[in-house]
Amino acid sequence: MVKYNQEKCLYCGGCVSVCPVMALELMETYIKYDAKKCINCNSCVKICPVGAFMVEGR
Amino acid sequence: MENYDVIIVGCGPAGLRAAKVLAENKINVLALDKKQEIGVPVRCGEGLGLGWFKRLNLKPNSAWAVQPIKGAALYSPTGKKVEIRFEEVSGYILERRMFEKYLAREAALKGACIKVKHHVLDVKRKGSKVEVFGKYLGDEFKYSANIIIAADGVDSLTARRLGLNTTNKLVDIDSGFQYEMAGIDFEDPDLIHLYFGNEVAPRGYVWLFPKGDHEANVGVGIAGYREETAKYYLDKFISSRESLAKGSIIHINSGAVPVGGFLDNMVLDNLLVCGDAAHQVDPTHGGGIGLSMEAATIAAEVAVEAIKKVDYSQKFLSRYNKLWYEKRGNALKQRLKARIFMEQLTDDEFDAIADNLSGEDILKLAGGELSEKAKFMARLLIKKPSIAGKIAKSLR
Repeated sequence: MVKYNQEKCLYCGGCVSVCPVMALELMETYIKYDAKKCINCNSCVKICPVGAFMVEGR
Repeated sequence: MENYDVIIVGCGPAGLRAAKVLAENKINVLALDKKQEIGVPVRCGEGLGLGWFKRLNLKPNSAWAVQPIKGAALYSPTGKKVEIRFEEVSGYILERRMFEKYLAREAALKGACIKVKHHVLDVKRKGSKVEVFGKYLGDEFKYSANIIIAADGVDSLTARRLGLNTTNKLVDIDSGFQYEMAGIDFEDPDLIHLYFGNEVAPRGYVWLFPKGDHEANVGVGIAGYREETAKYYLDKFISSRESLAKGSIIHINSGAVPVGGFLDNMVLDNLLVCGDAAHQVDPTHGGGIGLSMEAATIAAEVAVEAIKKVDYSQKFLSRYNKLWYEKRGNALKQRLKARIFMEQLTDDEFDAIADNLSGEDILKLAGGELSEKAKFMARLLIKKPSIAGKIAKSLR
């Protein structure tokens, strides 16, 4: 599972653009993350310019 | 339920330009943005070449075109500098928040209806129309339109909700991070400064775009799939340079940049997509303001025709695909090849290019002087034969 750290987020929406299953949406000042849709591809973890997404357990 | 001819989702440069063109043509247009203020947060290096001002009929205004630029200084991995300097102003560094407010005022003056803090949460086809659902300060809203223009940026969901996949692959997108810095020192505030190398910025570059003698946007773009973050690379770059490290950071922003080329198809029934949502970005440098606004102009003009003919079908709207590809398609495909070539270069090869290339050479090459291109390639290949294979690979 990925873990989203809202305090790190600059809400640029980069993660939304690479999420293949629309599990993310930019809500102006935070990212809405739908764990039920997430397929754990970790694209959001890689694209995030500031590391606001982490792979849980790492 | 209020009905419009066209609803634009997203009020950045693309959406606002489309709104203006539609309103000028007396089209009933609504432009929605989820943000509470047009123009913020910025997610851009803020450079715009002079050619775009002419093509888009924009007059530089000191309220938002804050720094005239006369060229570029490029730095190779070992620090070799190649300077390209024009006699006249060749572009401007913008203050995007002011620029977009200017675009919004222009569109509103022509009669477009703009609404901020209106977050579109869903779009659905109903009969021959599209219904737009969302929230404004906690209250639900619902509008309908014949045509939707999705200009909702890199994080666009509007086109995807209507069935057009605009998702970026990690390999086709760059991760960007930027500080606006004050109290820093650098040479030549009338040039943009670009720093290359796999240590500095794998696949991308670090930029310093002056906003005065001691203030600049200092940012980095790197390939989206890297393990380290863009912030990591920028912090490393700045901390190794006292002239920058001594300054203050007065604004932090980030963004992802679609550099993998464009959507083959940017329309469906009732739908036109433009701007970052349609990946309308130059693959070599990641700039997209001009391309987005040019495409938005075409999209809006096609929408005007569609409304006159009462035909909102994909077949009719695909005229936008055709016109855009006629105008930019070939040039941008070439630029994608150039980027793919550049990202294969080792630092050593990059330095070899810099050693063999003067600013004048670049101007001649960019000007398309074929004999100069041949001479340069020959000179380069003798010194660095390894580059030949990479050129061949990028042209495949």
